[in-house]
Amino acid sequence: MSVLAALRFLLPWEFSPVALAACALPAAAYLAGLRARRASGRPEGGLRTLAFLVGVGSIYAVMQTHVDFLAQHMFWIHRVQHLVLHHLGPFLIALSAPTETLVAGTPRALARRLAPVVSNRALRALYRTLQQPVIACTLFVGLIFFWLTPAVHFYAMLIKPIYLTMNWSMLIDGLLFWWLILGPERAGAPRLATRMAMLVAIAIPQAILGAYLTFRAAPLYDVYGLCGRAFAISPQLDQQLGGLNTWIPPGMMSALGLVVLASRWMRADERAPLRASGQLGRAG
Amino acid sequence: MSTATDRGRAAPIRVRAAALAGFALLASGCARTPRTGASLHPLYGLAPRLAFTLQDAASGAAVTAAAFRGRVVMLYFGYTHCPDVCPTTLTKLAAAVRALPPEERRRVRILFVTVDPARDTLAVLRAYAAAFGPEVVGLRGTKAEIDRLAARYRVTYSFGKPNARGNYDVTHSSAVFIFGRDGGSAAVVEPADGVPAIRATLRTLASRA
Repeated sequence: MSVLAALRFLLPWEFSPVALAACALPAAAYLAGLRARRASGRPEGGLRTLAFLVGVGSIYAVMQTHVDFLAQHMFWIHRVQHLVLHHLGPFLIALSAPTETLVAGTPRALARRLAPVVSNRALRALYRTLQQPVIACTLFVGLIFFWLTPAVHFYAMLIKPIYLTMNWSMLIDGLLFWWLILGPERAGAPRLATRMAMLVAIAIPQAILGAYLTFRAAPLYDVYGLCGRAFAISPQLDQQLGGLNTWIPPGMMSALGLVVLASRWMRADERAPLRASGQLGRAG
Repeated sequence: MSTATDRGRAAPIRVRAAALAGFALLASGCARTPRTGASLHPLYGLAPRLAFTLQDAASGAAVTAAAFRGRVVMLYFGYTHCPDVCPTTLTKLAAAVRALPPEERRRVRILFVTVDPARDTLAVLRAYAAAFGPEVVGLRGTKAEIDRLAARYRVTYSFGKPNARGNYDVTHSSAVFIFGRDGGSAAVVEPADGVPAIRATLRTLASRA
């Protein structure tokens, strides 16, 4: 591939000012926050910084480069796109615990404007409802199944507003879900054990769906043939690769989440040996 | 025609929002009934309106979508060297048009847009289109014009490697988009859809004022 073609690949397939703003503004605030924190002698760690920037960067890459074209014309690349929007990108952002840095980098005037939105009662009630563990898991898995229903998928790939609704719903739900799993442990947030159970609960239906797509002989998604594939592979291979992408990497994301939570649990136990031994005493 | 004017003609935002709201309901309904090919996939006006500037193979002159306002239009992308899919599809579409009463038949046009303008010269395209019937209009454009139209309807095409004699296959969309007399998107034809289903949709659209 020539340099020019490579550069063209990095340009948006369908430019979206909203997607650009949704990635660029938080990234700018974060970078400003890094500077502010370094100046005040509380610098952010390198790994966390990397996690946040790679998370935002990967979301931008699947929405606003020619990856989006490939995702529209190849089922398995569409599954990779959703893996990033619904799992990987939000996972890395939540893992980086960016709140402090983002707040430090948000201009005062903007923060004042945002304050009423953040403290809006209706929004808070909606947020609390969506972040109930059972609702959050149902929504997370339900969205995957809904958009992969063949009749729904047909229109999502053919009609731009529906396609955009699909991708944004995956991104927003991904951020909500992984924030709930990896976010701070404060009052009202689910306990670590609940979070671990949630990760197992979402992995099972995804594995079943992924295996179904992988082993089903008949193609389910005619729309890719109808609109033309980006390059020539058989519908069956396309579906198998898509099924594997719905099955294996999401399971690994759950496993990775479990590792993160388990290490937090152990650290919490180390910090509170008295409480831990007290619990053990009661149990015994 | 610029993209800005294309957007200007898009369905009002309220109409689109209402259609989107109803979509989830409809789609979940479709999911339960297996497709029999008895009716086409409706588009509810959600795909963009018909808009293009291309070269008419019959006259060699530039032609826009405005020239087809008042007619029911079937839009199909293909190429004349196509070994099977294009002739089969065009034969099917032409059969559906011929099955209409004469006054409705006059209101229908089949637009065949070549994605292979290098081999499909105006003369080649003119002869090819005429072979399928008087309703078939061959359209040709620059690569940029064709790419823009294909992207508008979210379809694509790609070229295979040329053989020793310089011939090559083109992988392209098999979709046929049907537009009402007002230019609004009405339905999409899949390869599995038969003549009766196409004819039924054409009748409904052609009889509409």
